[in-house]
Amino acid sequence: MIGAVLKIALRALARNKGRSALTMLGIIIGVASVIAMVSLGQGAQKQVQQQIESMGTNMLIISAGSQRTGGVRSGAGTSTTLTPEDLDAILRDAPAVTALSPSVNVPVTLVFGNGNWSTRGEGVAPTYPSIRNWTVASGEFFTETDVRTAARVAVIGQTVASQLFGGGEPLGQTIRLRNLPFRVVGVLGAKGQSQFGQDQDDTVFIPYTTAMKKLLSTQYVPTAYASAASTQATFEAESQINDILRQRHSIRDGQENDFTVRNLTDLANSAEQTTRIMTMLLGSIAGVSLLVGGIGIMNIMLVSVTERTREIGIRMAVGAKSKHVRTQFLLESLVLGLAGGLIGIATGVGLSALTSSVFGWPATISPTAVFSSAVFSMAIGVFFGYYPARKAAALDPIEALRFE
Amino acid sequence: MNKVIDVRDLHKVYDSGEVRVHALKGVSLSIEEGEFVAIMGTSGSGKSTLMNILGCLDRPTSGLYLLDGIDVSELNKDDRADIRNSKIGFVFQGFNLLRRTSAIENVELPLLYAGVNAADRVARSRYALSLVGLAHREDSYPNQLSGGQQQRVAIARALVNSPSLVLADEPTGNLDSRTSVEVMSVFQRLNREAGITIVLVTHEADIAQYAQRVVVVRDGLIMKDQRIVNRRDAAEELEVEAL
Repeated sequence: MIGAVLKIALRALARNKGRSALTMLGIIIGVASVIAMVSLGQGAQKQVQQQIESMGTNMLIISAGSQRTGGVRSGAGTSTTLTPEDLDAILRDAPAVTALSPSVNVPVTLVFGNGNWSTRGEGVAPTYPSIRNWTVASGEFFTETDVRTAARVAVIGQTVASQLFGGGEPLGQTIRLRNLPFRVVGVLGAKGQSQFGQDQDDTVFIPYTTAMKKLLSTQYVPTAYASAASTQATFEAESQINDILRQRHSIRDGQENDFTVRNLTDLANSAEQTTRIMTMLLGSIAGVSLLVGGIGIMNIMLVSVTERTREIGIRMAVGAKSKHVRTQFLLESLVLGLAGGLIGIATGVGLSALTSSVFGWPATISPTAVFSSAVFSMAIGVFFGYYPARKAAALDPIEALRFE
Repeated sequence: MNKVIDVRDLHKVYDSGEVRVHALKGVSLSIEEGEFVAIMGTSGSGKSTLMNILGCLDRPTSGLYLLDGIDVSELNKDDRADIRNSKIGFVFQGFNLLRRTSAIENVELPLLYAGVNAADRVARSRYALSLVGLAHREDSYPNQLSGGQQQRVAIARALVNSPSLVLADEPTGNLDSRTSVEVMSVFQRLNREAGITIVLVTHEADIAQYAQRVVVVRDGLIMKDQRIVNRRDAAEELEVEAL
C-alpha cells in the first residue's frame, strides 16, 4: 500500500517538474550552504590548530623574573633568577616534563664573505627542535657535546641561508657572529610566518652555553621551553615546575614567584574555541536558509493541495481514507526534502572543494554535517509538509468534488 | 429479493448558523438488487442531497440508511470511505478522471485503496475496461479520449470493485445526445447482463426513460415513485440510427 502511495506521490512530483525543482532549490541552497560553511569553518579550525602546533606541541614557557625591586617590577625574563642548574633540576625531578631547552636571545649580525645579515640569534639545547616543532632540512642540529664544550657551531634558518649564501651551500661554511667564527652545521626546515606575522625562518641557533659564556657572559637563563607528554600532562608539568622552582628559590608560602610558567594549551584551547564558535555561527546562519527552504516546501504544498482539491475529492470518493491522502502529500514533501537534501549535499561538497581550491582555504568535509543535513532536510519535508497534508486529508469529499 | 438500499424517514438539515435549510424532510425509499432506478428532480429539490447520502459521501441528520443490510447512517468519515470503496461505484457528470493518468490507472484507483496487489489490480481493471468496450485504450490518457470514452472509463472504475450499487450522477450531463445514448446503452447492458444495481440521478426526463423505475424528488420529499412505461432501449436506438 505504501509502495503504491509512494508511486502516486512520485508521479505527482514528476508531473510538475519545474515546480518541484524550484521547491527543492530552497532546500538545496540551504543544505549546500550549511555543508560549505561548516566545512570551511572546520578547515579554518584545523589550520589554527596546525598553526598553534607549529609553535610547539604541549609546550610550556618558563620565564625568569617579574622580580620586585623596590616597587618597580621588571618585565619577565629580564631578571637573573633562572639558572641552568634550575633547569637541570626540573628535567630531573619533574616527571611530567619530557624535554626542556633554555632559550637565550642574542641579536646578532652574521657576516659571510663580504655579505652580512642581522638576525635573531638564539642559544638553545639540542632538544629545542623537538619542543618547538622545528625540522632540520640539511646537515644536523648541534649535539650535547657541542653544548658541553660551548662549541662555535650554528644552525641557520631558511631566510638566513638564502640571504647570506644566496644559492650557495651553507653547510660547513664558517660565518662570523659578533666577530667570532662559527661553523654552519645545519639548515632548518622552513616554518613560515608565525601567528603574529613574524618570519620564523629568520633565525640562527647556537648552543646556549656558547651564547651565555662567549657572547653574553652571563650565568642566567632568561627563558626556557619545556614540553610535556600530552595536553593533559602540561597542567601537571606546570605545577611540578612551580613546586621545584619555588623550593629551589626558597620562596615561602604567600610570597610571589620570581619566575613565570605559561601553558600554551590555554592559548590553543581558546583559539580552537573561537574558530568553533565561528563555525557554529556560520552553520546556523546557513541553517536559517534551510528553514526558509522548508517554508518554501510548505508554501508549494499548500498551493498544490488547493490546486488538486478535485483530485483529492475523486480519491476520497473511490475510497481513499484520510490517512491515504495525508500519506500521499507527506510523501511528496518528504521526497522533495530528501531529494533537495541529497542534491544540496553534492552541491555543498562541490562548493567547499571549489572555494578551498580557489581561495586556498582548507576545507574539511564533515560527515556529521553531511549526515545531519540529509536527516534534517527529510525532517523539514515532513515537518513543513504535515500542515498541507493534514489540510488535504481534512477536505470534505462533496466540497472537493464540486471544486472547479 | 435483496434490498440494496433501504432508507427510512431520512432527514437532512443544513445548519449554517443563521440559515437552516431542511433539504430532506423524511424520505423513505427501497431499491432492490438488480434494479435500475432513476432519481429525478430539479435543482434545489433535495435530489443532490439524497444522492450524497445514498453515496455515503454525507450523513443524514436523522433517519436510517441500510446499504446492503448495513446501517451506514452513523458511520464516521473513514468508515464511509471504506463503504464507498467496497460497495459503491461512482459515475459523475464531469467524468472525474485523474488527469495525466492512464485509463487503466484511473480504473485501478479503487483497488489501490482496497489494498489489492498490483497484479490483481491490473487484471481486474483490464476486465472492467473490456466490459465497457475500451480494452484497447487502457494506456490512453483522458485528454486523448472522447467524452463518451472518458465516461466509459469512469464506468469501468465504478465497476472494478464489484460494488453492490453503481451511483451515476448526471452521467450524460456533459455529453451530446448520441453519446448519451451510447453511455446509457452501457448502463442498460450492465444492468441486464450482469445484474448490476444502478441508481441514476438526472434532471432530464428522456434520460430517466432508460431506467426501469423513476423516483421524483421535490422539496425534500418523494413526490412520485413509479415503474416506467414505454421504457427506452438504448441499444435498439443505436441500431436504428445506424440503419
